[in-house]
Amino acid sequence: MDSKRSDPSRGAAMPLAVKILVAGGFGVGKTSMVGAVSEIRPLRTEEQLTDRSVGVDDVSGVERKTTTTVAMDFGRITIRDGLVLYLFGTPGQDRFWFMWDELALGALGAVVLADTRRLADSFPSIDYFERRRLPFIIGVNCFDGAVRYDTEEIRAALDLDPKIPVILCDVRKRESGKQVLITLVEHVLEVMAERQRQPGAALR
Amino acid sequence: MSEWLDDEAGPVVRPYALTRGRTRSSREGFELIAIIATAATSQFAPAGAGPEHIAILEMCVRPLSVAEISARMKLPLGVVRVLLGDLLDHGLIAVRRPEPDNRLPNERLLKEVLNGLQAL
Repeated sequence: MDSKRSDPSRGAAMPLAVKILVAGGFGVGKTSMVGAVSEIRPLRTEEQLTDRSVGVDDVSGVERKTTTTVAMDFGRITIRDGLVLYLFGTPGQDRFWFMWDELALGALGAVVLADTRRLADSFPSIDYFERRRLPFIIGVNCFDGAVRYDTEEIRAALDLDPKIPVILCDVRKRESGKQVLITLVEHVLEVMAERQRQPGAALR
Repeated sequence: MSEWLDDEAGPVVRPYALTRGRTRSSREGFELIAIIATAATSQFAPAGAGPEHIAILEMCVRPLSVAEISARMKLPLGVVRVLLGDLLDHGLIAVRRPEPDNRLPNERLLKEVLNGLQAL
């Protein structure tokens, strides 16, 4: 039957995929941002924790286990033929760190969305990306009615490295979401250049 | 039965029944953004292939990421990975994995992403 198989290289080309994460507290606008810039309606993928949380391959005895489902919303932007960018919203519940590890693996960088009324909600995401040395920026989502702060005040409140960009945005708007992503990728390029100037610190 | 079950009740078939209880794929490498493409049409699928295997083969005639397959089939990632492992074992799919994590993202790739975003 081998001879009858189609050659995938002759059919639709297989693109290379890259990803960017969109993190932040519950209800801060992660899915809105993914939806605003994605070329497809945001999709949802789920992982069930039964196997991982218990750490066995065998599902006999599942009666005793509780199954928890972690959901992630994501979208897609075709950069060019053969290169696709996926945007993943991190799970709303910070306790699912194992899922964050899978999401962060190989990611180009992350956007941490912050709401000025609940700045502390973005601390876990910031801590996580700092520890992982994954480049990130802060997008301050300006909700209707939220008091507008100066980005420097927000930077101070979040105790951020001065090199990390903090930008105001309205993630429901495509143009604003796009600007957030551009700022992130420019920042990733700067971080990389800096790490290359400091040998030994290059590998994350 | 429909009067007893609604969406709140969850799927009638528990997802891991589709994988005959297997929770691990025989292979690594099905990252969320690994791209899957059908390498052989479903008529070449072995006798043991289930409807979900066939559905993946039909879906991935246009290459899709593992996450998209999971979302479109409404199946958890773990289940999709087991099914993809079966398909790969039989040479029915091709996989394009993302760039490995153990090196910095390459500058050329990042600049391409930047240009692509600016052109949106």
